[in-house]
Amino acid sequence: MPVAGAKPHSPRKFQHQPWRDRRLEAILGNLLRTGVLISAALVLAGACIYLYRHAHEPADYRVFRGEPTDFRTIPGVIRSVAGGHGRGLIQLGLLLLIATPIARVALSIVGFALERDHLYVTFTVIVLVILLYSLLGSGMTF
Amino acid sequence: MTIPVFTAVVATVSFAAGFLGSLTGLGGGVVLVPLLTIFFHVDIRYAIGASLVSVIATSSGAAAAYVKEGISNIRIGMFLEIATTSGALLGAFLATRIPTSALAIIFGAVLLYSAYLSRKMRPAAQRNLPPDPLATRLRMNGSFPDKDGQRSYNVQHVPTGFGLMFGAGALSGLLGIGSGAVKVLAMDQAMRIPFKVSTTTSNFMIGVTAAASAGVYFSRGYIDPGLAMPVMLGVLGGSLFGTRVLVKAETKSLRLVFSLVILVLGLQMLYQGFWGNI
Repeated sequence: MPVAGAKPHSPRKFQHQPWRDRRLEAILGNLLRTGVLISAALVLAGACIYLYRHAHEPADYRVFRGEPTDFRTIPGVIRSVAGGHGRGLIQLGLLLLIATPIARVALSIVGFALERDHLYVTFTVIVLVILLYSLLGSGMTF
Repeated sequence: MTIPVFTAVVATVSFAAGFLGSLTGLGGGVVLVPLLTIFFHVDIRYAIGASLVSVIATSSGAAAAYVKEGISNIRIGMFLEIATTSGALLGAFLATRIPTSALAIIFGAVLLYSAYLSRKMRPAAQRNLPPDPLATRLRMNGSFPDKDGQRSYNVQHVPTGFGLMFGAGALSGLLGIGSGAVKVLAMDQAMRIPFKVSTTTSNFMIGVTAAASAGVYFSRGYIDPGLAMPVMLGVLGGSLFGTRVLVKAETKSLRLVFSLVILVLGLQMLYQGFWGNI
């Protein structure tokens, strides 16, 4: 694929991957890392509150009960965070973590569009549609 | 165990799982679910929920480091994600309708099959193949830095790889794993992509695949904050540490560790599934 301003046969370090592709990878990598670090910070903050308040209770996950509404819906999590609950804060961090790869896919569309790679814009849009259907559709289907 | 003790122990185990998962392209989840259910007596649905979250953290956290090394191939990853995300959607729908003992048995079978396939020998000559027309059209061929400088590779058998990736996605959605094992097999053995490129591209893809089923798990109440917290933080720390080792590590010893661990855990999962402990 020709890159604007570059000679078609000029020797380059990454012959099969143009530099824009590599720059795109770097941007995506940083986006993912930032998302994960913010998410981890939220989870850690929530953990401090949770562990402090439940220091003497036993941990038991033998029986599956399913999470209450406050920990399995987006409005519920926001309500829980506003109420100062540690576990709500953990769930908020986890929601951000789930959103990070989706943001990566969305940004990839921009990156491929800038490279005028229509084939990969199409592929990436398909992936994003599947992800959004899963995220938004699952609440309605179940 | 009180909550703080449980949290500390689970975080330590998760750190080890994340370290191994990062080295092999497993994503950690495939080791974590058996560990949590067998040794910590966690209900497999909670284990799956926590594992899925950690899988996203591993993938996203390690991606930045791999990208810097220039090993992963973003085009191969994005194309194959069409297969993995649609498979993950199917798997997540199925997961809510299958009894937990069946989940454990499927899990065990997947582990054993992965262990078997990863030990199968293949001649090194298969690496230098001529370009495949479809892979060339999809601009998948690339190169990566090796100890002897840039090494280029030609991708083979794209339709087979795509099909295997759909299966990998379905397993990911069903079992809450990144199914890095199947992804690496599809790329390494079917598509003939070099092992290091396969593992890092797999790691890059795993987060997107897991996100495709995480929404379903979240709204079904599978993700418990008290359990997911130490798992996610531990796995993330371990995987970031593992990424620092990967470039220097020998792929031969990696594969041995990889197959031994999944073999033992696979046998355990089958045993527990059949005897009704899960």
